[in-house]
Amino acid sequence: MSTTPTTLFDKVWDAHVVRKIEDGPDVFFIDRHFIHEVTSPVAFLGLETRGIGVMFPERTFATADHNTPTINQHMPVKDPLSANQLQALERNTAKYGISHWGLGNPKNGIVHVVGPENGITLPGMTIVCGDSHTSTHGAFGAIAFGIGTSEVEMVLSSQCIMQPKPKKMRITINGKLGKGVVAKDVPLFILSQITASGATGYFIEFAGEVFENMSMEGRMTVCNLSIEMGARGGMIAPDETTFAYLKGKEKAPAGEAWDKALAYWKTLKTDADAKFDLELNFEASQIEPQITYGTNPGLGTGITKHIPKAVEVKDGEASYKKALAYMGFAEDEAILGKKVDYVFLGSCTNGRIEDFRAFASIVKGRKKADNITAWLVPGSHIVEAQIKEEGILDILTEAGFQLRQPGCSACLAMNDDKIPAGKYAVSTSNRNFEGRQGPGARTLLASPLVAAAAAVTGVVTDPRELL
Amino acid sequence: MAYDKFNILRSSAVPLPIENVDTDQIIPARFLKATERKGFGDNLFRDWRYNADDTPKQDFVLNNPIYSGKILVGGKNFGSGSSREHAAWAIYDYGFRCVVSSFFADIFKNNAINVGILPVTVSPEFLDKIFKAIEADPKAELEVSLPDQTITILATGENESFVINGYKKHNLLNGYDDIDYLQSMKEEIKSFAAASKY
Repeated sequence: MSTTPTTLFDKVWDAHVVRKIEDGPDVFFIDRHFIHEVTSPVAFLGLETRGIGVMFPERTFATADHNTPTINQHMPVKDPLSANQLQALERNTAKYGISHWGLGNPKNGIVHVVGPENGITLPGMTIVCGDSHTSTHGAFGAIAFGIGTSEVEMVLSSQCIMQPKPKKMRITINGKLGKGVVAKDVPLFILSQITASGATGYFIEFAGEVFENMSMEGRMTVCNLSIEMGARGGMIAPDETTFAYLKGKEKAPAGEAWDKALAYWKTLKTDADAKFDLELNFEASQIEPQITYGTNPGLGTGITKHIPKAVEVKDGEASYKKALAYMGFAEDEAILGKKVDYVFLGSCTNGRIEDFRAFASIVKGRKKADNITAWLVPGSHIVEAQIKEEGILDILTEAGFQLRQPGCSACLAMNDDKIPAGKYAVSTSNRNFEGRQGPGARTLLASPLVAAAAAVTGVVTDPRELL
Repeated sequence: MAYDKFNILRSSAVPLPIENVDTDQIIPARFLKATERKGFGDNLFRDWRYNADDTPKQDFVLNNPIYSGKILVGGKNFGSGSSREHAAWAIYDYGFRCVVSSFFADIFKNNAINVGILPVTVSPEFLDKIFKAIEADPKAELEVSLPDQTITILATGENESFVINGYKKHNLLNGYDDIDYLQSMKEEIKSFAAASKY
């Protein structure tokens, strides 16, 4: 049988088109739908207003994460508006028979952490959530992306959304990452090269040795940040690393179903000679530990470099100067040695066990710098339990750090974890937008290693000096 | 929720010539705590519009009474970042019905159409002409015709056509939405689901 070579993305997308509308979007079937307390209440309200129900409640999974406190989770939530959203999620999921891992549930955590770690996310699936970092799940060879609340209502009521098929881009990086260079540095490097809108209109496939050699945690970090490039999402072909991660996960197939699933998953790769609308190639040797200095994730550079001059960046000069003014930085300044006030380890980008291992590898035998306030927030209770089991908590405690409870926390500062105005935070999260981590907060995005190096030295430090 | 029909909009416009206006600026996360779609316009561009003590920042365009209208004109890569539909709700609730830029982030563009705001993508050159026209006369009117898929600077007559797919155009012209469409094909979806791998 001779067929046209196709991409991984085409294979998964085309298998989920219920109907093609002429001169319109595809009616696109969704296998798994995640919801949380912030972007779902209005969708449920919409169902009630229209008098329609939830079509397949067993395909939707709820967790509370965005506005939850990260201390004293056993106490009633103090903020009445947050408490109201959490109650609405509990009420709505109970009413329609949707699985709900609320605050206090041992499975609770950040939606993009708990989906994969419980085997809800599987290769070849289509996955959506009212959260842009749904792209994370692409690490498993799934098509996963964020949607708005109107679309949440569509998925609840019909398990479909209306989507025009995006263009396809492949980013290939071969070679071996250097010492101190970790998964987070790879997408931050790509962002510094292609800007925060460089992949708008595209769906990315990440390919090459760098991604093949990454753990699932690392791949999730990469796909998580594909939205920051403007892409609809990013994906990586499933392989033995993927299968080993999934084997034995609670909701992953088992027994005969596993063998059948595995046979299918092994077909999920881009054929040789398949065509992409755009191909980009980089080399691993180009990448050093990265850090951002501006107010979008594309404004970053190697940690040993100086802040670029306005003429060297692709963003417009006015926007660039606005960003530097907000950050209190000037063109051509060194970034190393800049004073840091806060360190945040956590989020759907870097709140997994591997991130805590990396952080611990640097702070072990050292002490937290006196000028640093550190918030270490595991992505889920399962991650929290692993941190304790592996002895990482002891290392952190010995170095003067405390562990908080799971949630999105200071990544978007919807709860009390807000960086004060004017303060500098080295953050392992995903966005350095103005006010993202609190009104007036100044964010420098970086890897868990760079965050740890800042946490023990009090300034921006090259982690390679401490390894 | 079915929304207002969109046909021809003739209005002055509010200029925001900044690139990468992300949805955290359009509506900061701390204002996403409502469980109803009400009142988001008050917090549109909250931290650019108000000081920490809630007094208006005089240099921000929404606080400048010489600018008004139902069209918001933004710089390249408008609506990047978070998928929060609250950003589109805030723009709608404030009174805008159309956003013009040379480049929209994907999710925002979908969200805008889904709440009844028309996102109009123009060339960087035409965007520049619009900004210049508003600079010359803050009351300069634009005419956005959905049936003709054109945007015109009325003072000069300069115009450009824009792209929208036939399905979305039909929906906006008639005030239909995707949920109406999807509800009409539930049997087809059920059969599809029964045969799906997961």
